[in-house]
Amino acid sequence: MSEGFLATPEASLIIVLVALLAHEPFRWLGVYLGRGLAADSEIFVWLRAVATALVAGLVARLVLFPAGALEVIPLTTRLIAVASGIAIFFAAGRQLGAGVFGSAMVLLALGYLFH
Amino acid sequence: MSGSEGGDGGGQTSAITVIRRETYRTFHDGLRVALSTPGVILLASSAGFGALSDDAGMSLFNALLMMGTFFALPAQVVMMDQLTRGGSILAGAAAVALTGVRLVPMVVTILPWLTDDRPAVWRRALAIHAVAITGWLEGHRILPSVEEGRRTQVFLGIGTGLILTTQLGTLLGFVLAGSVSPILAGVLLFLTPIYFLLSLMAASRRTMDWLSIMIGSLMGPAIYVIAPGFDLLLTGLIGGTLAYVVGSRFDALFAAADEEADE
Repeated sequence: MSEGFLATPEASLIIVLVALLAHEPFRWLGVYLGRGLAADSEIFVWLRAVATALVAGLVARLVLFPAGALEVIPLTTRLIAVASGIAIFFAAGRQLGAGVFGSAMVLLALGYLFH
Repeated sequence: MSGSEGGDGGGQTSAITVIRRETYRTFHDGLRVALSTPGVILLASSAGFGALSDDAGMSLFNALLMMGTFFALPAQVVMMDQLTRGGSILAGAAAVALTGVRLVPMVVTILPWLTDDRPAVWRRALAIHAVAITGWLEGHRILPSVEEGRRTQVFLGIGTGLILTTQLGTLLGFVLAGSVSPILAGVLLFLTPIYFLLSLMAASRRTMDWLSIMIGSLMGPAIYVIAPGFDLLLTGLIGGTLAYVVGSRFDALFAAADEEADE
């Protein structure tokens, strides 16, 4: 789309650096903490809530304010697909696959219908 | 819990354990996870990431590199989002770090399964690199039934299988996104958020988890409008803490009610 910084070798370097300095250390931190802390201690319960809220926020933003080609599909259609995905997920006994693929099928069908 | 493969849920009898022990013994056995339901879902969602990378103007090489070095889709999407919108790299790294925090409890809880055969440091580092939502769920599903002393080996297989799956998925999504109809490309991009959302729901057990999802989804877009760039950070900290405080009250209440009912 753009003549893109994201296609350059400089971007490769940044990707590796951010992965190594801002992301992978949390896996190592887990190894370090895992020696002394119980996995169900309160701090992890809280961290889990923080991470869950963060990712849920990201999901809502990706659906409501998509950046690229998803904009082609109208907001109402996107919301119906999310709602159907959740419904199919529960109807199928909390099966992740059923929910994800069912939701994608609904989006595909509605996308073609209303386009 | 993961509910991803029907038919074997909660099998605690010794007969089933024996069968399972024979099922997962080697690195090779672990690799097979790539062909299971979670593997296929991961293939599809990494295809979503591949499509997203193409959409953002990333090179295929960088997309595969990012998939391999991060191996955690939320962090990748956050980072790419930040770079595409011309945001600062430091703010991007900070948001990446916040999504990375959720890996800490995952590693802590998977670790007890990876100490039985005293793996070398580099093997453990490789094994925990595979810890992200799918590897973590699959590890908890499979490792308890693996014979002691073989678990790191099996988990390395699971990890390698999942990493190869995501490389293939990214490649497919990247190539397909440019050559399919706009609507199909939109559907590919949609796979990422719906996969994230339903994974969160699949991992939810208590009131607190559901509250975090609800508060996060409402707060995220609102804060994005008010303070873009810091939206994920603030949503996580404020929304998550709120869910923690209210959720622990509720969960304590339910626990108390259960006890009363038992009496």
